[in-house]
Formats: sequence, structure tokens, C-alpha cells
Amino acid sequence: MKTLIWVEHDNASMKDATLAVVTAAAKLGEVHALVAGSGCASVADQVAKVDGIATVHVADDAALANGLAENVAPLVAGLMDSHDAFLAPATTTGKNIAPRVAALLDVMQISDILSVESADTFTRPIYAGNAIATVKTSDSKLVITVRGTAFDKAATEGGSASIEAVGGASDAGTSAFVSEEIAKSERPELTSAKTIVSGGRALGSSEKFEEVITPLADKLGAAIGASRAAVDAGYVPNDYQVGQTGKIVAPEVYMAIGISGAIQHLAGMKDSKVIVAINKDEDAPIFQVADIGLVADLFDAVPELTSKV
Amino acid sequence: MRRKVQFMIVQMEGNDMKILVPVKRVIDYNVKPRVKSDGSGVDLANVKMSMNPFDEISVEEAIRLKEAGKAEEIVAVSVGPQKAQETLRTALAMGADRAILVNTDEEVEPLGVAKILAKIVEEEAPQLVICGKQAIDDDSNQTGQMLAALLGWGQGTFANTVELDGNSVDVKREIDGGLQTVKLNLPAVVTTDLRLNEPRYASLPNIMKAKKKPMDEKTVADYGVDITPRLTTTNVSEPPVRQAGEKVADVDALVEKLKAVGAI
Ligand SMILES: Cc1cc2nc3c(=O)[nH]c(=O)nc-3n(C[C@H](O)[C@H](O)[C@H](O)COP(=O)(O)OP(=O)(O)OC[C@H]3O[C@@H](n4cnc5c(N)ncnc54)[C@H](O)[C@@H]3O)c2cc1C
Ligand SMILES: Cc1cc2nc3c(=O)[nH]c(=O)nc-3n(C[C@H](O)[C@H](O)[C@H](O)COP(=O)(O)OP(=O)(O)OC[C@H]3O[C@@H](n4cnc5c(N)ncnc54)[C@H](O)[C@@H]3O)c2cc1C
Repeated sequence: MKTLIWVEHDNASMKDATLAVVTAAAKLGEVHALVAGSGCASVADQVAKVDGIATVHVADDAALANGLAENVAPLVAGLMDSHDAFLAPATTTGKNIAPRVAALLDVMQISDILSVESADTFTRPIYAGNAIATVKTSDSKLVITVRGTAFDKAATEGGSASIEAVGGASDAGTSAFVSEEIAKSERPELTSAKTIVSGGRALGSSEKFEEVITPLADKLGAAIGASRAAVDAGYVPNDYQVGQTGKIVAPEVYMAIGISGAIQHLAGMKDSKVIVAINKDEDAPIFQVADIGLVADLFDAVPELTSKV
Repeated sequence: MRRKVQFMIVQMEGNDMKILVPVKRVIDYNVKPRVKSDGSGVDLANVKMSMNPFDEISVEEAIRLKEAGKAEEIVAVSVGPQKAQETLRTALAMGADRAILVNTDEEVEPLGVAKILAKIVEEEAPQLVICGKQAIDDDSNQTGQMLAALLGWGQGTFANTVELDGNSVDVKREIDGGLQTVKLNLPAVVTTDLRLNEPRYASLPNIMKAKKKPMDEKTVADYGVDITPRLTTTNVSEPPVRQAGEKVADVDALVEKLKAVGAI
């Protein structure tokens, strides 16, 4: 089988999310990569070094600069004449583009796969991860999004793929990029961090969140996450949300502070290696999944913990 | 008289904006799903069902656009069993004007739903379709994007803010690194994210009124599309259960434990 993977990037560098997709695709067959962007030659060079990739196709066109699905999907659909499977990470970019590709090819997408069982059979979470479905497809072409935490990352060195330019991109004329507000941070990204400190509704305000959660995260070199309640209340930006409808994370250590442990939140973090919970309610559901629990008022316990680690 | 004046204003603004809102009946988000022991699926017998929470957000957004004078009519659509009528009544009670039930007891995959919706779009000619970003049962996150592809329309997925303006719509999208704004020509498809709005509850009088609002019943055959599933679910199992660990007495004990597991 010949696979085509979507390379996630910002025209300057490849995003880590790509690497798990390489591993998933390699289980199906030969891995070919698509770098679609504008002025993205340096990304192609990085991708060519990733272990396990045969060819890097580069589509460099102004219409692809911002990854608009309307412009990207027809390009990918065209390339699928010579590939059998298209795989993208289950990031907001992948989720935006892949279903559009699937519909153009008249195939059903398989979302958020956890494993490759065979060339046509995969597992995927449903009902907020409360059930795992094994699904078998009858479509002749595959369109798949890959859950990043479920596959090892391919090595970023050791490969020597050939780089080929592909043309044929154009502006569909239905949408235009206006602006982006991307927070710049020194912190590790949520989806690739080794340690995550997450805060919930209990923090009460953005000031308190900053005052209590941030110093602990700084000390641990951790990424900061949050429950939906904390995001909705405006304590932190939307891209901090961990859960069924936010980001799926699986760090070495996940600290849930003032988070009750609703199933939608658990769906996003229960595959973490070690879960630590601090909550003043000893019956909070989060303790049912926590490896280490501390029943305490977070406003006392967290500053003390910060001073002692 | 009053009606007439309103009609004239609408005419003057050239407002023929119709919004289509697809809504799905799903397990209530408060219910913990139970996997059937024979591996055939999730047990939905006698389980509380509700409107997919993202679809409540879609309905709310459509109503707000109508209240702001930017839309004229809201049509709610559901593809599903007879019981999906209840979901449509909820949409009507919130403020949708009429409803279409595409009645089927078959499994309909996102591609099939999108094909049916594309046919309804042909008939109804809405300027905007507002879908939820994902249904909380199947978690596919596909239908809106597929519909946009089939229609050749622009798509504003994971919407945080929607601003309608004449012939275009600006959609601020929740993306992994933050927020992105795109401008889409109308007609277009928008899919809703959690921060778009807080849906209202239907009031009792509105629930009563909703009973009289029109609801069309259709079948899949009426639309002449092939929705034969492409995927077969061969097994549904429970994920590995995580065991609760231990509770520690104080912060010092927590620090010790964290050291012991190599966390710090
Ligand atoms: C469609 C849908 C999608 C959703 N998606 C997500 C998602 O992706 N991610 C997500 O997180 N949620 C999601 N939710 C929301 C979810 O159901 C919960 O409402 C949310 O996770 C609760 O956040 P919380 O734990 O911060 O708040 P709460 O449930 O209010 O919990 C606060 C906790 O803090 C504790 N506490 C209070 N004061 C203190 C103190 N001083 N010290 C210590 N502990 C204290 C309390 O005991 C309590 O356990 C979704 C909901 C819906 C309907
Ligand atoms: C009676 C019945 C039984 C089923 N049983 C199973 C089963 O046991 N196992 C299984 O895997 N699948 C089953 N399905 C199919 C499964 O529900 C479909 O995959 C689903 O309709 C689409 O996936 P999704 O809701 O996750 O789509 P998403 O793409 O996540 O949905 C996004 C949005 O699309 C719109 N939308 C989606 N579906 C509909 C709809 N039906 N009507 C109107 N708008 C909609 C909504 O706006 C929704 O917010 C069943 C379907 C039916 C009707």
C-alpha cells in the first residue's frame, strides 16, 4: 500500500504531530509525505530526514499558505490517484481537512485511530473514550486521522527521502484567510509535554490561575492545561482545554488541580502515565483515576508544593 | 399592519437569509455509556437521550442571528429514528421555525448524513448551514466538512465567533495554537465550538408553541441517495480501566511520592 501523510507545519518548521502519523502510516505500507504551504522548502528538508519516509511531495503555492481546507482538499484528492491511503494527525488542521478530502473521494473517513489492526481494520474511541470500536472499511481508498498519543513518534533523523515538487494547487475562491492570534510561549506544547499542570473551575479567576498554577508549571518545566469550565470562565485561552472536545494528552505526569474529573475531561487525559489530583472533595471522581491523590485546599497545597519541588 | 412594516424592512435589507441547522439525537452528556457485554455496541436501551450539545449551540447561534435581523428563517433537520422528533421539537421550542425529520432506523454514517443534507440544501437553498463540530456519541467530527465538500462551499469549522455581513461570513475558529479568522463567501457551512454561545433553555410557553410548528417527515428514499455504510463495526469493547491509586496525607508525602515515581 502507498500512503500519503499530511505534514503539519507553519511554513517554517514541521510540527511534532506529524511524527506519530508517520508511524501509523508505516504500518500500512510505503510512506509518502505532502508538505502543502507557501515558502515551505525548509519544512520539506526537515521531513526528508524523518526516518521511514520515501518521498516528500512539496506543493508550494500562495493559495496553500494558511492551509485553507477549500484549497488543500482538491490537491490532496488529486494526489490520491496514485496513493491508497491519506493519513492526517487528529489536530484541528487534520480534522478540518481530512473529511473534506474523504467526501471528494466519496469514502468514509476513519477518525482518530488508536491502532492499525490490518490494512482495512482499525480501532477508534467513541463515546468520549468510554468505548473502543473496531471498524473495518470497504472503501478502496482510506482517509484516516491519527490520535497522536496512540503511536510512537518516528525519529527525526536517519531518513533521506527524495523531494519532489507537485503543482496543480489553486484558490477555490470560496474562503480567505483574515488573521491569526497564536500565543507565543516558551512553554512546551500541551500535546508533546512530559508534564502538564492543569487547573479547573476551582481557581476562580484568571489572576488566581496565574498566581497558583503558573509558578508550579514553571518550576516543573510543564505545559499548562485546563478544564472546559476554566476555559469557558475565561481564566485561560481556549487552546488550553484538555478533554473529549479539546486536546487529547498523555504526558508522563498529569496534575489535575481543582478539577472534578467529568467524563469529558477524563477522555482527554486518562492515558497519562501518572495522574496526580489535588481536590478538596475526597469524593471527587478524579480520585478514581488518580495514582496519587491529595485531599486539600489547592490555595494552600499548591503554593506549598511549588516551594518544595 | 405591523407585520407589513417588518416585512418591508426585511425586503429593504434584501434579507432572504435562511439557515439550516442539522441536529442529532445522542446519549445525554451526563450519562456514562455502558458497553454491551457481547461487544455489539453501547447499550442505549432506557438511556436518557438529548440533543447533541454542539447542535444546541448551533440552534442558539441561528436564533441570535435571526434576533439580530440577519436571518429570516431557521430550519432544523435531523436524520434518525422516529424519536429524533423530540430533538427537533427541542430545536423548535428554542426558536427554530420549522423542522424536517429524515426518518431512518438504519445506521447513517457522516458521509451518508452529508449526502442527505446536500439534497436538502438543494431544495431549501439556505445561505448558511450551521452544524455541530462533533457528535458526542460517535465523535467523528466530519459531517460539516463533508457537506461543504459536496456542495463546493467554504467551511468555517470549530467556530468561536460568527459574523454575518452581506455576502460573506467571518468565522473566528478555535485552533490548536489559538484562534484563526477566515472569511467565507456565502453560502457556507459553519461548525460550532463550545465558546460560540451559551444555549438558552426553552421556556414552557415556547415548548407548547413548538408543538404547532410544522414538521415534515421524509424518508431517505425521498432523496435518492445511496447511504449504504462503508464501515462495519466488528467489535465494541471497554477501554482498559484505570485503578485508583492512593491518597497521601499532606504535601510532604506528595513530594515524596512524586520523587518515588520519578515525576520530579
Ligand atoms: C459537549 C461537552 C463537551 C465537553 N468537553 C469538555 C472537555 O473537552 N474538557 C473538559 O474539561 N470538560 C468538558 N466538558 C465539561 C465537563 O462536563 C465539566 O463540566 C468540566 O470538565 C468541569 O470542569 P471542572 O472540573 O474545572 O469544574 P467542576 O466540575 O466545577 O469541579 C471543580 C472541582 O474543584 C474542587 N474545588 C473547589 N474548590 C477547591 C479548592 N479550594 N481546593 C481544591 N479543590 C477545590 C471541587 O471539589 C470540584 O471537584 C464538556 C461538556 C459538554 C457538555
Ligand atoms: C438508528 C441509528 C443507529 C446507529 N447505531 C450505530 C452504532 O451502533 N454504531 C455506530 O458506530 N454508529 C451507529 N450509527 C451511526 C452513527 O451515529 C453515525 O456515524 C452518525 O450519524 C454520524 O457520526 P457523528 O454523529 O459522529 O458525526 P459528526 O460528524 O461528529 O457530527 C457533526 C454534526 O453533524 C450533524 N449531524 C450528524 N449526524 C446527524 C444526523 N443524523 N442528523 C442531523 N445532523 C447530523 C450535527 O450537526 C452534528 O453536530 C447509528 C445511526 C442511527 C441513525
